Amino acid sequence: MKRYLLALLALPTIVFAEDTLSGGDTAWMLVATALVMLMTPAGLALFYGGLTRSKNVLNTIGMSLGAYAVGTLVWVLVGYSIAFGDGDLIGTGKVLLSGITSDSLTGTIPELLFVAFQGTFAAIAVAIASGSMIERVKFSTYIVFAALWIVAVYAPVTHWAWGGGETLNFGEMDFAGGTVVHLNAGVAGFVVAMILGRRKDYGKVAIKPFSPVLVSLGAALLWFGWFGFNAGSEVAADGVAASAFLVTNVAASLGVIGWIMVEWLVYKKATIVGGASGAVAGLVAITPASGSAGVEGAIIIGLVGGALGFWGVAKLKNMFKVDDSLDAFWIHGLVGIWGSIATAIFIADYAMADDYNMTSQLVSQLQAIGLTIVYSSIVTAIVYFIASAVTGGGRVDEEIESRGLDETVHGEKAINL
Amino acid sequence: MKRVEAVIKPFKLEDVKDALAEIGIDGMTVSEVKGYGRQKGHSELYRGAEYVVDFLPKIKMEMVISDDMVEQVTSTIVEAARTGKIGDGKIFVSDIEKIIRIRTGETDNEAI
Repeated sequence: MKRYLLALLALPTIVFAEDTLSGGDTAWMLVATALVMLMTPAGLALFYGGLTRSKNVLNTIGMSLGAYAVGTLVWVLVGYSIAFGDGDLIGTGKVLLSGITSDSLTGTIPELLFVAFQGTFAAIAVAIASGSMIERVKFSTYIVFAALWIVAVYAPVTHWAWGGGETLNFGEMDFAGGTVVHLNAGVAGFVVAMILGRRKDYGKVAIKPFSPVLVSLGAALLWFGWFGFNAGSEVAADGVAASAFLVTNVAASLGVIGWIMVEWLVYKKATIVGGASGAVAGLVAITPASGSAGVEGAIIIGLVGGALGFWGVAKLKNMFKVDDSLDAFWIHGLVGIWGSIATAIFIADYAMADDYNMTSQLVSQLQAIGLTIVYSSIVTAIVYFIASAVTGGGRVDEEIESRGLDETVHGEKAINL
Repeated sequence: MKRVEAVIKPFKLEDVKDALAEIGIDGMTVSEVKGYGRQKGHSELYRGAEYVVDFLPKIKMEMVISDDMVEQVTSTIVEAARTGKIGDGKIFVSDIEKIIRIRTGETDNEAI
């Protein structure tokens, strides 16, 4: 992606014009897009749905499903144009995918496929953020928020990192979305959790996950889909894609080991919810580095990612009084920062440029991290206030919160015994 | 007539029931209950947050017997339900004033 990115940044139109369609690349990217799609309404839905309380399972799943549906719509309407249209600060010219035909190419694949692939990233980003808000945010507020957030936060940040923005591109290495997707979403979730306030029960009564079984299944589906997310970000079926595939798998496994190992040392228990969370932390950590790190790097990135995720949710979280319900910030934000920094440190021989300067690359990574945190915090807050105003307040009333949103908002129950 | 209520560990239910059947107790009411005594609860751990579960699942079995059976029934329950570990449960014996069998109208000892 770095190679591809540089070409994209420098000479987008000329590069595209000269390329011809590759059947192999196109076939892989069709599959990769379907894999990433699975991550949101299946992987994240079950991962989050299993972690929430039994009275809010469907509401939580509904946020992932809703994010995917609304995200897809907004993406083809304006999101893609802002992210990948021409322009410096924001992209323009591709509203409603204008000018894109089945003959248009992005690299060696049809641009329409690239639209679909990138759309799945936009949707999962805002779905990840839902994890911080669950059990109290209004469904209508969240859906409006999701649409606005993709337009105002996700698409611009994507434009700067991948879409040709120059002024706000600091030369960061972010192969598959460590800052663009994960840090961005984690920060957004944290900010909304702060504005919404804590759940009534937070810190007072036991808040137990509905089903660690679903958590495990959800994490496994995320892992599966992540092959499309990371290896697909090469936008080609080649050696870099294969390397990304392998390091993704290694880092996820080490994430499991890292989390469980530290948990064992601290609590003398190896929990399965912890193992599943560790897999996700390992995957988040390797995401920006997946197109440049080797296996040795992936082992360290994943292991530290898992351990850091545990430390974040079990220790560091308690120092803040923010009810980030399902730890979106700690697992995607904190671990995302680690991944971004690690990307500059662990580079495989194949990806190492002769004149590579680690210090200056680290500065680039930190600048991108800083920009993402600042921009995402501020604009997420604005977007939330608009969504809240449009839907008449962003938080459900106390009675609904205590009865659960499944029964009151959706008129359904997760389980009918 | 006495009522014997025994709160026991759930996995001991079959043993106790079989032992009571052997000494001729052919009816009882069983319910799943929760509670705590000296055993206290256990803790569960999710993402580093530890939750103490105060109430443990137990089985409460109730039967009404004639006065002369009390000693035999209680000693049978004690023998069958005992593991020797904390949390084995308790037995309560109380008086019953009247029994009526709904189907026949029989009363007291005839209705046991």
